[in-house]
Amino acid sequence: MAKITYIEHDGTEHGVDVEDGMTVMEGAIRNMVPGIDADCGGACACATCHVYVDEAWAAKAGERSSMEESMLDFASDVRDNSRLSCQIKVSGVLDGLIVRMPEEQG
Amino acid sequence: MNDREWRRLAKGIVIIGGGQAGLSAAAELRKRKYAGPVTVLAGEAALPYQRPPLSKTYLAGEMALDRLWLKPEAFYARAGIDLRTDMRARAIDRANGEVICEDGSRIAYDDLILATGGEARRLPIPGAQLEGVHVLRTLAEADALSAALERAKTLVIIGAGYIGLEVAASSRKRGKEVVVLEAADRPMARTASSLLSGWFGAIHRGYGVDLRVGAAVNRIVGEDRVTGVKVADEVIEADLVLIAAGLTPNVGLAQAAGLDVSDGIEVDAQARTSDPHIYAVGDVARFTLARYGRSVRLESVHNAIEQDKAAARAIMGEGEPYDPVPWFWSDQYELKLQIAGLIEGSDTLVRRGDPEEGRFALFHLKDGALIACEAVNCAPEFMAAQRMIAAGARPDPEKLRDQSVAMKDFLS
Repeated sequence: MAKITYIEHDGTEHGVDVEDGMTVMEGAIRNMVPGIDADCGGACACATCHVYVDEAWAAKAGERSSMEESMLDFASDVRDNSRLSCQIKVSGVLDGLIVRMPEEQG
Repeated sequence: MNDREWRRLAKGIVIIGGGQAGLSAAAELRKRKYAGPVTVLAGEAALPYQRPPLSKTYLAGEMALDRLWLKPEAFYARAGIDLRTDMRARAIDRANGEVICEDGSRIAYDDLILATGGEARRLPIPGAQLEGVHVLRTLAEADALSAALERAKTLVIIGAGYIGLEVAASSRKRGKEVVVLEAADRPMARTASSLLSGWFGAIHRGYGVDLRVGAAVNRIVGEDRVTGVKVADEVIEADLVLIAAGLTPNVGLAQAAGLDVSDGIEVDAQARTSDPHIYAVGDVARFTLARYGRSVRLESVHNAIEQDKAAARAIMGEGEPYDPVPWFWSDQYELKLQIAGLIEGSDTLVRRGDPEEGRFALFHLKDGALIACEAVNCAPEFMAAQRMIAAGARPDPEKLRDQSVAMKDFLS
C-alpha cells in the first residue's frame, strides 16, 4: 500500500491509498481522480495518462522503458520528469509519491 | 430556469446497457454537469467491467477480477448514477417516454441511450448446443471458458478473428493444445490486410497452434458432450470448443420500438436514432463515417467511449458531429497489434520496419492520402498515423519507409 498524492493542473490535490501491484494510473482511475484519461486501459498505447513525477521521487519511480519513451513523443508539454502513469507499478517504496497532471492529455 | 427548478422538472436520462459504452455515457453526462437523474440498466450481474482482457490477460490468469471493474462500486453513488445490475429492459414505450423493465417497473426518460451491445454469435450448425461448446463475450462466459479450460486437453476454436486468436494465445500460455479453424482463406480476414494476416498466422503456428484456413465446420460432434469438430470428412478431436464467430448486435428493443434498424441501430452523426430523444452508441450503433464515406458499425473500446460522449454532448445541446478515426488493438503473445483507420479501398501499401524483427508498420494509402495503419509493436507509428489520418495527410511513401525519419516529423 502506498499513499499517493495526485495534483491536478489547477492545484487541486487528491491523496489516495493505492494497493501494491496496481499502477499509478489505476490508482487515479479507481479513486476518481480527474486528469488522467487512460483511454487504452493501461497498455502503453495512447499517452493519455501522462504525469510529472515529483523530483524527489523520480529515481524510485524508475526509468522509462523504450516503448514509454517513444509514446511520450505524442504527449503534450513533455518534461524531464514526464512518465506514463500506467507504466509505474505501485509498491511500499512509493509510499508518499507525488505526481502532477499536465494541462491536457493527448 | 435555474438549476434546481430544472432538476425538479427533469425526468432524467436512462441508459440501457452497462458495458463500456453505457457507463461512459453516464460518466460523461455527469462530467458535463447534467443535473437530472441518470439511470443505467445493466443486464449482467457484475459491476460494469472491461471486456478486452477477457480473452487476453484475464483468461491467461494474469489479471485479477477486481482489476476488471471500470469503476469502483463507490463511484456510482458518489457520481449520482443509479446503476441497476442484473436488470434488463423489456420494452421501450416511446409514446409515454418510458422504459419498461423486466420486473414490470417503468422508468421515465427525457432522453434514452441504447448501449445494448451484442451477443457472441452461435453458429447455426448441428452440435452447437452441446455441452463443452462455449462462446465468449461476457464475464460469466469468460469464467465458464476458463474453468473448462482448466480441465481440457484440446481446445478447438472456430473462427480466427481477434477473439479466436487471442484465446488461442492465452490458451497456449496455459499449456493447452489448440486448433483454430477458419472458413476464410486467412486469419483476421475481415479486418486485416493479407500481409498482416499471413504474418500473424505464421506466429501462431510458431507457438504450436494448429491453424487451418479454408476450414468450414460442418458440425460439432458428440453425444451429450462435445468430442470433436467435423471439417469436410475429417473429425478433429476436441474436449472443448469455442465458437468465435463474431457478434450479433442486440437490436431487439429498438426494432420492437419501431426505430430504424439494419445490422445495428441506425444513428446520425450525433448518435441519434430515428427518434430524436433516443440515441444509440457503441457496438450496436450503425452510422455513416463521413471520413470514409461509408456506413459502419464499429466494435471497439474507442468507439464505445467516444460515440457516447457524442450522445452526451448532443443531449446537452453541444452537439458537434462524430467523425472518428476508428482504432482497434489486439494482444497476442508478446505482440501488440494496433490498427488505425479502415483498410478497405487502399491502393498502396508502404512497409516500415522488418517483420523478421517483430516490429513493423504497414501504411495504407488511397489516392495518396493515408487511410489506415497496422502497427505491430510500433506504438509511435500507430500514434502518428491516427493524427495523420485525422488531418488528411498525404505522406511521401519513401519517407514513410525510411526509419531514420522519426514519426513525429510527419506531424509538423
